[in-house]
Amino acid sequence: MGEEPNLNYIKEIAGGNEEFEKKFLAIIQTEFPKEKEEYLKNLDDKELEESAKVVHKIKHKLGILGLNDGYKLAIKHEEGLKYGDAKLKDDFMDVLKVVEEFILKIA
Amino acid sequence: MNCIIIDDELTARTIVSELCENTSELKVVEQFPNAVEALKYLNHNTVDVIFLDIHMPFLTGIDFIQTLKSPPRIVFTTSDTDFAIEAYAYEFIVDYLVKPITAQRFQKTISKLKNAMQPVLVGQTVDTKIPELLQDPDLYINIDRRLIKLKFQDILLIEAKGDYIEIKTVDSFYRVHSTLKKIKEKLPESLFMQIHRSFIINFTKIIDIQDNSVLIERSVIPISRSNRPNLMQRLNLL
Repeated sequence: MGEEPNLNYIKEIAGGNEEFEKKFLAIIQTEFPKEKEEYLKNLDDKELEESAKVVHKIKHKLGILGLNDGYKLAIKHEEGLKYGDAKLKDDFMDVLKVVEEFILKIA
Repeated sequence: MNCIIIDDELTARTIVSELCENTSELKVVEQFPNAVEALKYLNHNTVDVIFLDIHMPFLTGIDFIQTLKSPPRIVFTTSDTDFAIEAYAYEFIVDYLVKPITAQRFQKTISKLKNAMQPVLVGQTVDTKIPELLQDPDLYINIDRRLIKLKFQDILLIEAKGDYIEIKTVDSFYRVHSTLKKIKEKLPESLFMQIHRSFIINFTKIIDIQDNSVLIERSVIPISRSNRPNLMQRLNLL
């Protein structure tokens, strides 16, 4: 899909408050890996409705990181999972990898 | 305005908290990762505004608001647009923010909250009621181009008289061009109730009830047959 995460939104909210930026990024760095793990575990356990709930949370982070296409994909994937359809899991996994790499880069 | 934030995502709570901190109008007094914790807090504390997520474990935001007896102003903060129409069915819902929330959009929320907190004028068109948790709730009536402030607790009764209503207070009497229906919408339900086609009374001012009438100060007010059960239900009968 080609889009890259960015910090535009976080900088807008922070309004130059660097301390907030650091604190906020630290939260994402803590929350995201846990959510990804929870999502994958639910998929493995065939708990698709539970997976949908985690995708719902991850979706917000994709929006925060400016991944608009990823955000739209998450909406479709969440809806699919609610109805027992996991066909977008590979595409979604690609988005998660992009976020993971970005988080490691900014750490 | 004192507010609390309820959201299971720490990122979401942090963003709303920062947006509040960047304004002088809102002060975050507490944050909760779920609605159950917030309910416990609200049992002993009052707030002006709640920023509320919808999808949460244990109790959803929609379920949460249905448990509140006297809800303050509520702003939904969610990644889901599906509940927007349902949310606005509640008069105390002031805004519906879709995540991620931008600073620009949040400014509109603040304006909406400020409007919602303003005293209501009789005859003025407003889309929300005065929250009952306001510390000093007032009603402004227009008499000869002068806006007169009445405290809700000072109002004894209101009587419909053709195109006018007569408001009797503890120490005065006012005649206003309005309808009983219109003023009823501005009055807190915890204090007032309609007991007759032509009368709304301040429930807390009842001295006694006899047959089909109530005594308020020196006024004997009729109770209509259809309203009598509602009145009886609200009495703390021994």
